[in-house]
Amino acid sequence: MKYLTEYRDPKLARTLVRRIQAVATRRWTLMEVCGGQTHTIVRQGINEVLSDVVEMIHGPGCPVCVTPLEQIDRALHLAGREDVIFTSFGDMLRVPGSECDLFQVRARGGDVRIVYSPLDAVELARRNPDREVVFFAVGFETTAPANAMAVWRARELGVDNFSVLVSHVTVPPAMTAILDAPDNRVQGFLAAGHVCTIMGWTEYEPLASRYRVPIVVTGFEPLDILEGIWMTVRQLEEGRHEVENQYVRSVRREGNTPAQELVEGVFQVVDRGWRGIGVIPSSGLGLRPEFAAQDAEKKFALDGIRAAEPAACLAGDVLRGRIKPFECPAFGRQCTPERPLGAPMVSTEGACAAYHNFGRFRQEAAAGGD
Amino acid sequence: MAAFTEGGRSLASGAVCPAPRNDQERVQLGHGSGGKMSARLLEERFLPRFGNRHLSPLGDGAVVPVSGEEIVISTDSFVVSPLEFPGGNIGHLAVHGTVNDLAMMGADPTYLSAGFILEEGLSFEVLDRILDAMTEAADAAGVAVVTGDTKVVDRGKADGMFINTTGVGMLHAGFRPNPQGVCPGDAVVVSGPIGRHGMAIMAVREGFAFDAEIRSDSANLAPVVAALRRDLGGAVHCLRDATRGGLASALNEIASASGVGMELEDGRVPVPEPVAGACEMLGLDPLYVANEGVLVAMVAAEVAQKAVDILRNHPVAAEAAVIGTVVESHPGMVVLLTGVGGTRVVDTLPGDQLPRIC
Repeated sequence: MKYLTEYRDPKLARTLVRRIQAVATRRWTLMEVCGGQTHTIVRQGINEVLSDVVEMIHGPGCPVCVTPLEQIDRALHLAGREDVIFTSFGDMLRVPGSECDLFQVRARGGDVRIVYSPLDAVELARRNPDREVVFFAVGFETTAPANAMAVWRARELGVDNFSVLVSHVTVPPAMTAILDAPDNRVQGFLAAGHVCTIMGWTEYEPLASRYRVPIVVTGFEPLDILEGIWMTVRQLEEGRHEVENQYVRSVRREGNTPAQELVEGVFQVVDRGWRGIGVIPSSGLGLRPEFAAQDAEKKFALDGIRAAEPAACLAGDVLRGRIKPFECPAFGRQCTPERPLGAPMVSTEGACAAYHNFGRFRQEAAAGGD
Repeated sequence: MAAFTEGGRSLASGAVCPAPRNDQERVQLGHGSGGKMSARLLEERFLPRFGNRHLSPLGDGAVVPVSGEEIVISTDSFVVSPLEFPGGNIGHLAVHGTVNDLAMMGADPTYLSAGFILEEGLSFEVLDRILDAMTEAADAAGVAVVTGDTKVVDRGKADGMFINTTGVGMLHAGFRPNPQGVCPGDAVVVSGPIGRHGMAIMAVREGFAFDAEIRSDSANLAPVVAALRRDLGGAVHCLRDATRGGLASALNEIASASGVGMELEDGRVPVPEPVAGACEMLGLDPLYVANEGVLVAMVAAEVAQKAVDILRNHPVAAEAAVIGTVVESHPGMVVLLTGVGGTRVVDTLPGDQLPRIC
């Protein structure tokens, strides 16, 4: 538990804040890619403390937020089947589909269970041979190795009542899409430390040089984030655009090669839809043809399930940093944390939910004469 | 917005969503979370029907007049699974839960009723252990179980057993802790480390083995409250036990009911290391994890240190601490001042806390 206190030391944090303020000669716009980083930034109020020198745009790196509506609807459909035990990480359960969420399906009798590891779902399948167990395989490169392992293991053990509904996405194509957008405002990136623990950072080197944008591989603790911001701002001030590694205690340039091999053995690169953003070419992972038997989309013929996102929800523009959440017409009206239209309003760290809470606080504070 | 949206067709024309659009049609687990869904359930369905001046303040219990005296009545149901866990069992909870609710209203617990719903097949060995625990807890708290009921339901219709207890307590003149008594400037005091009960249950339920065993904090808080009453009396403005929904939900309830804001200081809220570690691993926030032996007190600023000293004399409150202040600004809202120097709104959750993916 040393990490918990060591990387949260308030004195060191304030020193880093001052260092960032000292090095910045202007206000820079940075994007933290990963939802875990957004979580820390919002919970610690880092964006607020640094608001005079840095604008943080919360990137598309929250798997809950970017899983397309269509896949959610497919999950809901499967969860509603009598022969299926549907398993998922906890925070996917409240993500709204077109008409409901997994909790509501559960209230109507669907067998929906929270698991902490995909291997638990394989075990569940082994113990329930008369039921179909489906695991909702979402996430970035970070969760891909464990999910690949589950698929591989199920096949090895001959557990043929186990399948996965895959909605894996990968980071570099999303960053490319953001940088290619004509109205892009992002000047530097905090790359996701855990994704890079698996993948390393060689993929980011061509991005940094082609788009002349600094990219700093960054961890998740408050001191990690602050140091990552400091390193990015320093590059910007010095006119450099390199890939640097803040998260040295976890990340090597080449990443975790056995994990990469495992992922490559089970998954292949596919085009993938991102909620609110649309299809980004080669931005996702799907099962290789030899694992078709473990592919829930094929097993349950889910192709017919298509979905249109609510027009009022501008989550895609928020995720790309085009608009602030409060600039969305639905914000706080049709769309609230209790009745979210889009995923960024679901979790407390989602960009929209974070602004919803914080904005309310600011208004109340002003009204209270603070 | 790109091809994805334009190319799609509405779900309505394709597959069928297995739940209806109106999410209020059925009870969901989140309605029992102690969060916003629970509050809405009460506001929309229970209060319009049952609301009266005793019920509507929604305190931990109700103050009612009986033959010229005022007594406090409180009721609670216990549905924990598993029935036994490190640090206690459902029997301890059933006594402590109701006794603590009475204590938070400022009452001395005196009598309990106990209703048991037993599932066919429950072993007598387990039942005996639970009843022994109840007896032990009731004796220690000085309350008598004076009436009760048992029912048996088919196998599969209850999780081993459910217990309901109702308690009656006597008030003391001049001691009525309640949200209306909370004023800006009050100190917010917590009686001990948070998150132990919820994480102990989770560890058993999910089969997690953490480095150090986490034990439930189930405890009788009435002696602690009695000590606060004797030494500080009316300077104790409000008390609440931070059970379902954790410390964050308890503070939000009080902030809303009192029309004040609260400011907490990160790092002051005591979180045991094993709880912090387990929460970190699972992506949970200890502020929202249930306790069964932790109270939060709003006391006049000038007696804050004294309150902490009084609490620390009791083993169940040995790690009591001042964690924040009641403020005039942002009424109804609890805000945490972070170590970095930022602020974070500690809101009530919609439903149960969900483990995060990343």
